[in-house]
Amino acid sequence: MTGADVVFALLGVVCLAAAVLVVTSPNVIHAALWLVVCFGALAGCYLVLTAEFVAWVQVLIYIGAIVVLMLFGAMLTRAPIGPQPAGGAGGLDSGNRPLAALAGLATTGVLGTLVISAFRGAYVDIHHTAVGDGRVIGAAVFRFFVLPFEIASVLLLAALVGAIVLTRREVSDAEQADRA
Amino acid sequence: MHLSLAVGLSALLFGTGVYGVLARRNAVAVLMAVELMLNAANLDLVAFDAWFKDNLHGGQVFALFVVVVAAAEVGVGLAIVLAVFRLRDTVAVDALTQLADRDPPARADTVASDSAP
Amino acid sequence: MTEWAWLLPALPAVAAALGLVGWRLVPGGPAVVAIVGSAGALVVAVALVVAVEGDPARVHESARAWTPIGGIGLNVGTRVDGLAAVVAVMVCVVALLVQVYSTAYMAGDPRYSTYAAEISLFTSAMLLVVVASDLFELLIGWEVMGLCSYLLVGHYWQTEGARAAAVKAFVTTRIGDTGFLFGIFVLGVGAGSFDVSAVTAGAGSMPHTTVVAGALLLLCGVVGKSAQFPLHVWLPDAMAGPTPVSALIHAATMVAAGIYVVARLYPVFLAAPVALTVLGIIACITMLGAALAAFAEDDLKRVLAWSTVSQLAYMAAGLAVGGWTASVWHLLTHAAFKALLFLAAGSVLRTVGTNLMSEMGGLWRRMPLTFGTALVGAGALAGIPPFAGAFSKDGILAAAREHGGGLGTSVYVVGLVTVFVTAAYVTRLVLRTFLGSYRGHARLHEAPLVMTGPLVLLAGFAVLLGAPVLPSSYGVRSWFGVPAGSEPLHVGIGGVLLTSAVALLAVGLLAWQHRRQPATDPIDALGRAALPLRRAFWVDEAYSAVLIRPVHALAAAVVEIDRRGLDATVVGTGRTASLAGGGLRLLQNGNVQAYLSALVIGVLIVVISVSVAVAA
Repeated sequence: MTGADVVFALLGVVCLAAAVLVVTSPNVIHAALWLVVCFGALAGCYLVLTAEFVAWVQVLIYIGAIVVLMLFGAMLTRAPIGPQPAGGAGGLDSGNRPLAALAGLATTGVLGTLVISAFRGAYVDIHHTAVGDGRVIGAAVFRFFVLPFEIASVLLLAALVGAIVLTRREVSDAEQADRA
Repeated sequence: MHLSLAVGLSALLFGTGVYGVLARRNAVAVLMAVELMLNAANLDLVAFDAWFKDNLHGGQVFALFVVVVAAAEVGVGLAIVLAVFRLRDTVAVDALTQLADRDPPARADTVASDSAP
Repeated sequence: MTEWAWLLPALPAVAAALGLVGWRLVPGGPAVVAIVGSAGALVVAVALVVAVEGDPARVHESARAWTPIGGIGLNVGTRVDGLAAVVAVMVCVVALLVQVYSTAYMAGDPRYSTYAAEISLFTSAMLLVVVASDLFELLIGWEVMGLCSYLLVGHYWQTEGARAAAVKAFVTTRIGDTGFLFGIFVLGVGAGSFDVSAVTAGAGSMPHTTVVAGALLLLCGVVGKSAQFPLHVWLPDAMAGPTPVSALIHAATMVAAGIYVVARLYPVFLAAPVALTVLGIIACITMLGAALAAFAEDDLKRVLAWSTVSQLAYMAAGLAVGGWTASVWHLLTHAAFKALLFLAAGSVLRTVGTNLMSEMGGLWRRMPLTFGTALVGAGALAGIPPFAGAFSKDGILAAAREHGGGLGTSVYVVGLVTVFVTAAYVTRLVLRTFLGSYRGHARLHEAPLVMTGPLVLLAGFAVLLGAPVLPSSYGVRSWFGVPAGSEPLHVGIGGVLLTSAVALLAVGLLAWQHRRQPATDPIDALGRAALPLRRAFWVDEAYSAVLIRPVHALAAAVVEIDRRGLDATVVGTGRTASLAGGGLRLLQNGNVQAYLSALVIGVLIVVISVSVAVAA
C-alpha cells in the first residue's frame, strides 16, 4: 500500500460518491454540480496515473464545456429547479428505478468480478514511466495518431452543423418576407 | 499502485452510469449518466496506458479522442433534447411513448373519413 | 338435299350469335336478324320435307366422325327422315310466328335483343335435337334447350317469382336429364355406338336388361322435359316467362322434345315393353290429374300450362300403346293449337294487364279476332270436329282400344274421361275469358296486326292439320314413315263421334251452368271437392315436405356445424393468438428506458451464462 494507492482510493471514493449523487439527486442542477465534483476527482485520478495532459483536458473540456452545456440544456428545457419529490410524478426519477437498480448492480458485479479476477496482482509502476505531459502526448498525437485526429475534427464539425440544424427554429415564409 | 483499484473504480462508475441512464426521467440527467459511463471507459484507458508503459501513449490519446466524441455527443444530444422539448413541451423520457403498440384506429372512423368527400 | 340438313340448326345459331353481339350492324336490328334466321331455317325444313316425301321411312344420314371416346366413336351429323323433316317444319313455323309476334308483344322491352337471340338459340338447339344423328349431339341440343328455357323463363329476372320459376324449371329438368345421360351411356355401350341408327337397329339384339335399363333411364329425361308426373311441377311455374316463350318452348317444342325422342328411338322402347308400360301409367296419372288441375286454375296461362301437361300425357300414352303415328300427329296438331292458344292468351294479357280470369270476361266484343282464333284453338283442344285435335286425339284412343289388355284399356278409359275434363276446362276458359261481362278495369282493344297475323295462321293450321284424315289414313302415314311394330293409324267415324259427344256433353253442362249463374266460376259449383284440384293434388307441398324442407334443414344443420364447429376452431385459434399477442404487447409500452433495461439485462444474462459455462 503506497501513498499513490491511498490518494487514488480517496479520490475514487469522492468520485464514486459524487457519481452516485449525480444519478440520485432530485434536482437536475445539483446533479450537474455533483458531476463537476465527480469529474474533478477523476482528473485527480488521472494525475495519479501520470496522465497529466488528459487530466487538464478533463478539467477544461468536461468541467469547463460539457457541464456548462448541460446546465444550459437544463435551463432551456425549463427543468424544475429546486428539490423535487423523489419518485413522484414530477420527480427526476422514472418508475423504472427498481429495474435500473438491478441492471446497474448486475453490470457492476459482472464488470467488477471480471476486472478484479483478471488484474488481481497487476501493479502499475508509476515511478518509472514517462509522464503524459503536453509534449509527450502532442508528439504521440501528431506523430502516430494524425489520421484519427483529423477524422475527429471532421466529426466535431459534423456535430456542430447537426446541432445547429436540429435546434434551429423554423422560419416561415411570411417571417422571411417581413425581414427582407 | 494496484491496477485493480483503477479498474474497480471504473466498473463502479460504469454501473452507476447504467443505473442513471435507466432510472432518470429528465433527458438532460440521462445525458449526464451517459457521461459517467464514458468517463469510466476513459479511466480504464488511462490506467492500462500506465500499466503497459506504452511508448506511443495510445491509451491516453484514445482517452482524448473519447473526450472529443463525448463533446460532440453532448452537443448533438442536447440539440435533440431541445428539439423534442420544442415539439412536445417535455423532456421526460417516459412521456415520449410514441413507439408504443396501440390499437389501430376504430374502423368506423376510417370508413367515415373514406366516405367523406 | 338432305346433306344440307346441317343448315337447319346452323341458321338460327348464326342468328343467335349475331343477335347477341352484332345486331347493331344489321339494318332493322335484332328483330330482322331473328326473323331472317327462323325464316331461313323454315325454307330448309320445307325443302327437306319435299326431299324425303317420296319415301318418308327411308333414313338419310350424313355424318362424320368427330372424336373417339373410350373406343366408341362420336359422330357429328344429321339424320333426316319423314318424322324429323315434318317436326322440323313444325318447329320452324312456330318459331317464326313467335318471333314475328314478339316484335309487337315485346316492343319496348329493354332486353328485347337478348330475348330474340335466346329464342333463336333455342330454335337452333331444338332443330339440333330433331336432326341429330348421334345421341350426344342430341344431348347437346337437349341441354342447350334447358339453358334457354332457364334464361327465357327468367327473362323478367327483377321479379322474385320469375327467378324462382327459372331455377325450379332448370333443376327439375336436370334431375330427369341425369337419368337421360346415363340412358345414353347404357344404350351407346350396349349398341357399341352412339349413333341413333345403330342404337335403334341394335335394340333388338341387345341384352334385355340393357335395353330395359336404357329405356327406363331415357324415360327419366323424357318425364322431366315433357313435364310428366312426378316431374311436372316446373311447367305451370314456368309461365312466369313472357307469353310468346310459353307458346314456343312450353307448348309447341321443348316439352314436345321428350315425346319426339321417344318416337325417334321407338325401336328401343318396343324392345323394352316394361318401359312403355311405365310410360303409359305415368301418362294416365298425368293426363287426368293435370286436366283436373287446369279446371281449378284461375290464372289463364297456368290453365294452358296444365293443359299442355295433360296433352303431352296423351302423346306419351299413345306411344305407350303403340299409337306412334297418332302420337306424332297429335304432337303436330297440339303444337299448332296450343301455340295458338298461348299467343291468343298473350294478346289478351297484354290488353287486360292481368293473368287472372276472374278479372276478365266479355272480351269477345272488343277483341273479335283474338276471340275467333282462340275459339278455333279451344275447339281443337277440346276435341271437337272439324278441328285437328279431335282426330289426332281420337287416333290415340283408337290405338289404345286396339292395343287392348290392361294398359290399353286403362289408357282408353282415362283418355275418355280426360276428354270430358278437357272440354270442361276449355269451356270454362272461354266462358271466363271471352264471354259474360267484363270484370276488370282496363281499356280493351284488339291486338295489332303483327300479333293477330300469327294467330290467324295458326288457326288455319289447327283446322287444316285435321284434313289428312278425311279421305283415309294415308296422308299422315305418307308424311312420317311408321316404324315397324307400331299400330297403323285408324281414325274411324265412330270413335270421333264418341269423343265429340263426350266433349260436347261437358261443353253443354258448362254452358247450362253458365246460363243459370252467369257470374259464378264453374269451379265454385264443385264446392269443397274442388280443393285438391286447386292445390294440384298437393304435389308441390309433398315435394316441399319430403325433399325441400329436409334439404333446407340439412343445410341449416351443416351451416350450424360449420359455424359452431369449424369456424369456432378457426376463430378460437385467432383469438388465442390475439390474446397471446396482447400479452406481449404490454411490453411494447413505448417507454424507451424499459426497452433499454431489458436489453442490458439480456446482455448481462448472456454474459453470465457464457462465463458460467466456460468456467464449468
